[in-house]
Amino acid sequence: MNDKLIIAGHEFNSRFILGSGKYSLELIKAAVENAGAEIITLALRRANSDSDNILDYIPKGVTLLPNTSGARNAEEAVRIARLSREVGCGDFVKIEVIHDSKYLLPDNYETIKATEILAKEGFIVMPYMYPDLNAARDLVNAGAATIMPLGAPIGSNKGICTKDFIKILIEEIDLPIIVDAGIGKPSQACEAMEMGAAAVMANTAIATAGDIPAMAEAFKKAIEAGRTAYLSGMGRVIEKASASSPLTGFLQD
Amino acid sequence: MAKINGKEVSEAKGKTVGRYIEENGYKKTYIAVEINGAILPKAEYESRIINDEDIIEIVNFVGGG
Repeated sequence: MNDKLIIAGHEFNSRFILGSGKYSLELIKAAVENAGAEIITLALRRANSDSDNILDYIPKGVTLLPNTSGARNAEEAVRIARLSREVGCGDFVKIEVIHDSKYLLPDNYETIKATEILAKEGFIVMPYMYPDLNAARDLVNAGAATIMPLGAPIGSNKGICTKDFIKILIEEIDLPIIVDAGIGKPSQACEAMEMGAAAVMANTAIATAGDIPAMAEAFKKAIEAGRTAYLSGMGRVIEKASASSPLTGFLQD
Repeated sequence: MAKINGKEVSEAKGKTVGRYIEENGYKKTYIAVEINGAILPKAEYESRIINDEDIIEIVNFVGGG
């Protein structure tokens, strides 16, 4: 089936964006392979020459998606994005602007400002945002390549608490909607895909699992199942029973 | 004294950026360098000499979500 995820003209077979935080470098390759992931997120930090570099552990051909974590406003996000591109790993960037340390909720206003600046500079901008339709429309106008609404606070594994609002974005926004943050288990990733999300991004759910590569595989299967279900069109829901077996030819007739 | 990644570094003065990163075990292909708020393109690592007033950031990728 020709069902590609297309982001700014780039085609991907996988609809699972994998995070690389909070687990050991040795497990990254297995996680990426089991996830079937073609996009992996990274963070930019001060370099430490004593430690191994994560780029040595990511399989070739995987698209790198640096985030702007640590940015508290648009200016800092732009700075991090430019430095990330200077490392030399492409034009993709996930904008993340956060100044609330308790719930790590994104600042939509600053995110829109950063998106506008970076899109003009040729970045493929994938903004992480609080699912608000007006902000999402502003992000579209600012040049975003996708919209990445949160399901629940980062790292919480609580599932898609914002379900109804993400549905509105899916309905109204003509860009890939990628559910990011909060998805804690495969069934929730499947649910996002059944709703019509274009992709799912997950990190903590995998990083805090007992068997990281196996959980990556479970997510892959769930995301594929949800996507196929969405494309199939859901069966209808009714109030009363409707027999699945024929109502004729009973033995007592 | 030049400040590199938040620390004052006495032995950096007078060296090129290229020499400093090589001596300190950084791989050019994995890093980006910012000096006094402006990105230093990789092509300029060998010509830019570090001086006492420079505030330098050397960054690379780490795991993140």
